[in-house]
Amino acid sequence: MSSSALVINFAYIISAALFIFGLKMLSSPATARRGNLLSAVGMLLAIIVTLFVQGLDYKWILLGIVIGSSIGLIAAYKIEMTSMPEMVALFNGFGGISSLLLAWGEYHQHPEMSIFIGIVASLSAFIGGVTFSGSMVAFGKLSEKIPSKAIVFNGQHIINALILFVAILSTIIFAINAPSMYFVFIVIIVVALIFGVTSVIPIGGADMPVVIALLNSYSGLAACAAGFVIGNNILIVAGALVGASGIILTKIMCKAMNRSLANVLFSGFGSSTTQATGDGPQGEIRPASAEDVYYILEAADSVAFVPGYGLAVAQAQHVTRELGDLLEENGTEVMYAIHPVAGRMPGHMNVLLAEANVPYDQLIEMDDINPRMDSVDVCVVIGANDVVNPAAINDESSSIYGMPIIETHRAKTVIVLKRSMNPGFAGIQNALFFAENARMYFGDAKASIQALVAEFKSGG
Amino acid sequence: MEAVFLTFVFVLTIFLGFELISKVPSTLHTPLMSGSNAISGITMIGALASLKTDNLTFAAILGTLAVIFATINVVGGYAVTNRMLEMFKKKDEGGAK
Repeated sequence: MSSSALVINFAYIISAALFIFGLKMLSSPATARRGNLLSAVGMLLAIIVTLFVQGLDYKWILLGIVIGSSIGLIAAYKIEMTSMPEMVALFNGFGGISSLLLAWGEYHQHPEMSIFIGIVASLSAFIGGVTFSGSMVAFGKLSEKIPSKAIVFNGQHIINALILFVAILSTIIFAINAPSMYFVFIVIIVVALIFGVTSVIPIGGADMPVVIALLNSYSGLAACAAGFVIGNNILIVAGALVGASGIILTKIMCKAMNRSLANVLFSGFGSSTTQATGDGPQGEIRPASAEDVYYILEAADSVAFVPGYGLAVAQAQHVTRELGDLLEENGTEVMYAIHPVAGRMPGHMNVLLAEANVPYDQLIEMDDINPRMDSVDVCVVIGANDVVNPAAINDESSSIYGMPIIETHRAKTVIVLKRSMNPGFAGIQNALFFAENARMYFGDAKASIQALVAEFKSGG
Repeated sequence: MEAVFLTFVFVLTIFLGFELISKVPSTLHTPLMSGSNAISGITMIGALASLKTDNLTFAAILGTLAVIFATINVVGGYAVTNRMLEMFKKKDEGGAK
């Protein structure tokens, strides 16, 4: 190893250590920001050191870095917090395509590949391609550019199985004799791009947290495979960290929905084929006016807000915090109880509420709020439905039976903010709405809460 | 032998990753995703090292595109994560007015 290669590799070790420290510091909101900065320093170090390698062409590099940084910075500072899921989906996709391009470029320059390198090169191209096109579909669904519901077509599983078969066959053919198989490499790329679309399109909007987490993992694994292709440790370490992170998040999300990954990926849950039947819980609902809700909240000692995707859609996070502040001034204990799959990506609600200046010590996880639910005076459910449906606990015939929920029905009073009586994503009616202790407060979440804030200001 | 060594690194890192990530609270899952997204932009290193020619070859185009996408990931990912984490405040740090 030449001395310059030695310097580079030592620098990569430092970078890897900084990535690891950065992730470790993400274990608490107090240190997370510094952790992210450390990780960024690690990346900067790796980039600078790489630029010292002899014989690089800085013209192209400069062009790429300038274009990439401008797009990245503009996107990072323009994006609304409610649109974070789309943004992360898009970035996942970019990570995937860059691994694909890297593997392709490497093959183009050095077609003489051993069988092992041939396999990892096809893997890098395949995973990268799937990540890219899959993320683009996820992005389209999240930003409502294409219908976010599950799109199921006949023979879907057969087509996907066929695509996978072709991919595996092509990988073998390619790896055995890489130099003369340029055509097969292109086939792998095309097949990967198709597979990304056909595998994500049947997954419905509320299952997106799982899909994004999974694509996140893929983007890491693609980088990892690219690292094998060029024999670079730092790519493998960083890619494996991201891959592991995505896998864990996927697992947490699946667990929070009590469904297997296979069920999320293949069942077309929430598609038109899952009938939204009218049967299930029926009964009398008790509508409440802003004034009624005001009196309930005004008298409460403790209030837990339970936000869902509806809060994000209505952009109601700021007024919710305003209401929370007024309640606190009134001497009420205020909490925000957050279900792991509320929203469109893991942690979506926490970021929205943090944006609205809700201190993170008031953001309570599901497992921490449920044991003390009996002592909560009022739960205010904002735009959440399936994650508070008691059928998950007590109705064995329900399609969401077994899913952990925020057990708002055990609070003394539940106020449900909702636009209408439409069922949630799972297509089932919510028994909570008919419960003795529930009051329905109909209307747009933001307008409804604004009305409450006005009541507080005039009444208090 | 190289392949075995690299696989060794890969397997150990996966285990390390599991350990690290399972300690991240669900409050921080969105920043975790965008932050790890930025880390997956590490492909930029490979893309930079592949650009060894100043001619407008097909390889140069592939490499430049790879650099562009990876840079978006790195710069955008770290910047947006920082922006998010900045918003997570404790109560006594002026979280609530």
